[in-house]
Amino acid sequence: MSGMTDRDDVIRETHETSMAAAFEGDLPVGTREPSAIRRLVKRYLPALIAFVTVIFVWEGLTRLFGVESFVLAKPSEIMASFVETSATIWGAGFKTLIEAAGGFVIGVTLAVATSLASARWVGFREGMLPLAIALNATPIAALAPIFNNWFGLTNPFSKMAVVAVVVYFPVMINTTRGLLEVDPAEIELMRSVAATPTEVMRRVQIPNALPYFFASLKVASALSLIAAIIAEYFGGPQDVLGQYIVNRAQLFQFPDAWAAILVASILGVTFYVLILVAERIFMPWHVSLRAAE
Amino acid sequence: MTWAVEAKGVGKVFGGQAEAVEALRDIDFTLSQGDFVSLIGPSGCGKSTLLRLIGDLSAPTSGELTVNGKSPERARLDRDYGIVFQSATLLDWRTVKKNVELPLEIMGFETAERSSTADEMLELVQLGEFGDHYPWQLSGGMQQRVAIARALAFKPSILLMDEPFGALDEMTRELMQQEVLQLWAEVGTTVVFVTHSIPEAVFLSTRVLVMSPRPGRITDEINIDLSAKRDEETREDARYYELVTEVREALRRGEWND
Repeated sequence: MSGMTDRDDVIRETHETSMAAAFEGDLPVGTREPSAIRRLVKRYLPALIAFVTVIFVWEGLTRLFGVESFVLAKPSEIMASFVETSATIWGAGFKTLIEAAGGFVIGVTLAVATSLASARWVGFREGMLPLAIALNATPIAALAPIFNNWFGLTNPFSKMAVVAVVVYFPVMINTTRGLLEVDPAEIELMRSVAATPTEVMRRVQIPNALPYFFASLKVASALSLIAAIIAEYFGGPQDVLGQYIVNRAQLFQFPDAWAAILVASILGVTFYVLILVAERIFMPWHVSLRAAE
Repeated sequence: MTWAVEAKGVGKVFGGQAEAVEALRDIDFTLSQGDFVSLIGPSGCGKSTLLRLIGDLSAPTSGELTVNGKSPERARLDRDYGIVFQSATLLDWRTVKKNVELPLEIMGFETAERSSTADEMLELVQLGEFGDHYPWQLSGGMQQRVAIARALAFKPSILLMDEPFGALDEMTRELMQQEVLQLWAEVGTTVVFVTHSIPEAVFLSTRVLVMSPRPGRITDEINIDLSAKRDEETREDARYYELVTEVREALRRGEWND
């Protein structure tokens, strides 16, 4: 963890207290004005070096051993295809992203609604949770052909439905836990000033659940793209990432397939980063933003 | 004038018939308005349980308990209680000032009034400059001061404190005791203070109720006849030592009666 000592010093200057000084945390963004660029470089340089090294080793080994592209395409071939087919693969990527994002929004919305109801009404929780856990144990990709049948093979909603079901469980389970795992003393504090259950929910339970909720969104963001692409493998329009990858692979155009996978990967990372940004905006106080950088 | 708290034969039994645990038996006492009363006793004597009964965080299984002439539940709904726990119990996602404002928000105070009251309370606990900080940026003692400011923000008639300084070091603890006495002199609420520290109980209180365990009972009641103004010199006063000894002996007698 580089940069830790710098932050410690800042805290010590701000408050002369042993507690604060002992806390090895980050400060809100922008607290330390000098060398912001140096800090960025310091933080991201190791990852960059690792990335570049992997690419070079990959290229070097595939060349050295004359590995065929149907076994493992060379990074140079993948990049060439990535540039050449960019209009096609980004177009396909966009369609897949729409399915993933649509399903994500539907799944997360339903999950949050269920969580709020579960946290509020014990009866609802006791009825729903076992059912949810049983459904969660079901391999959800198996639903794809059924959803294709229900909503129509070419209707993007059939893919969104798969994504929504996949995304639903981790978000629902984690958010419910966050709403319920509240320090009992906080509840008693609210009770002592005669707060209503709605006020307890709004002022204690929901803020308490936000870290759990965002942690589950990070998982869900990756799952949503995986689910969309897998759902596409089961058939539907051809101009989406899943079908493109299947088709190119069947034609032994492996660098093309890899280039499409690269698009999926870029979309996944972007999605994840957007959630990180939202997390910082909605939870400026949270410990994970201070400590686990 | 009604009693701030009146207990008649109050008892509390936890659990069902088979594994029932009697936490409190035949508790009788009265607190006048403006009293500072400490409940002292060894761990497991039910002093925190008694505090929780007064604050309607739990209900007695026998006897009768009234607070300001009302049932504890009525008193809670009327917002008669400020509570301070052993841990500060500040909400992580709120700044220090917003934490102090929390009870005022629930009670529907106007934004401007909330803000000015919170500023005033933070000034009172000497944290005026820390309003915009988050709880994690404060030391344990500072956090506990915020909790006290929050408990007093809406001027409750009774302040319930459950070992509020139990987690603090001795130096901070003595400073906090001094501050609590100053606050008490300024706001004049009735205070019920749970502790297992004899010097703390004697230094702070107008009266000390000594409890003994299995089941929890009040075995002694000691009037603390030190002068109203208490400071570092009080801790070296001969009368202070006598009272500390008196409470200690009362605690021992309670143990022997077992």
